[in-house]
Amino acid sequence: MDSRAKTRVTYTLDSTLESVNRAEQTAFEVAGRWGFDEDSQHHISMAVREAAVNAVLHGNAYDPNKKFFIAYEMRPESMVITVTDQGKGLDPQNIPDPLAPDNLMKSSGRGIFLIRSFMDEVTIKNLDPGTEVTLVKHVGREAANSKEG
Amino acid sequence: MTLKANNRQVDGVTVVDLNGRITLGEGSIILRDTVRDLLGKGRKNILLNLANVTYIDSSGIGELVSAFTSVRNQQGELKLLKLTKKVHDLLQITKLYTVFDVKDEEADAVKSFPKSA
Repeated sequence: MDSRAKTRVTYTLDSTLESVNRAEQTAFEVAGRWGFDEDSQHHISMAVREAAVNAVLHGNAYDPNKKFFIAYEMRPESMVITVTDQGKGLDPQNIPDPLAPDNLMKSSGRGIFLIRSFMDEVTIKNLDPGTEVTLVKHVGREAANSKEG
Repeated sequence: MTLKANNRQVDGVTVVDLNGRITLGEGSIILRDTVRDLLGKGRKNILLNLANVTYIDSSGIGELVSAFTSVRNQQGELKLLKLTKKVHDLLQITKLYTVFDVKDEEADAVKSFPKSA
């Protein structure tokens, strides 16, 4: 039986930058335990960091009464991470393209773009209220071999 | 690891040796304050040495863009030195690699600044 099947862990975090840093570190460690190589660990942890920043900054707006949640679900073929906040919600249809000439020199607006660049699948769902961002990284041959060894 | 910024003058260019992470919060603020302070002192030729910058997030990228724009608005120049692979890749992905003047060697970078600025 594959030991990676049906494994899900959820963290409840305060709306602080400390939580963002902790989430990034945890993502790096979880991805490493799951057999992802260092580059993939970096990409996964950076995607989680950006999603956490969005949850804290744009979603919950640092509200101490609001939490955000990160769930790691280990599937045989992929790592699925869900980041959920309790904010006003994000319209996934209304995210500017940071590569557009008018946006290239803006000082913000690259978080979702980086998440999409680093993960294999990204889904953004407006929960009204709240936003749920689901990140998927497929387990590659290297990761699978590491686990089987 | 928080960001540390140390400045030194080399032939009219302020080289800022950055060490640590440029991320939302303290890292971005330190970079912003450093560049603002230099501009306030009239130092408009700025070379950011990123050799020891281990991590940049989207906020840090935004801060680099803001620094670039602030310096240019003061008729100065801001260039980047010695990108790590991770930072290089980030600037490529975000199409900012060609916006910044990126150098590999400090001596060459210093020579590339205008002498009058």
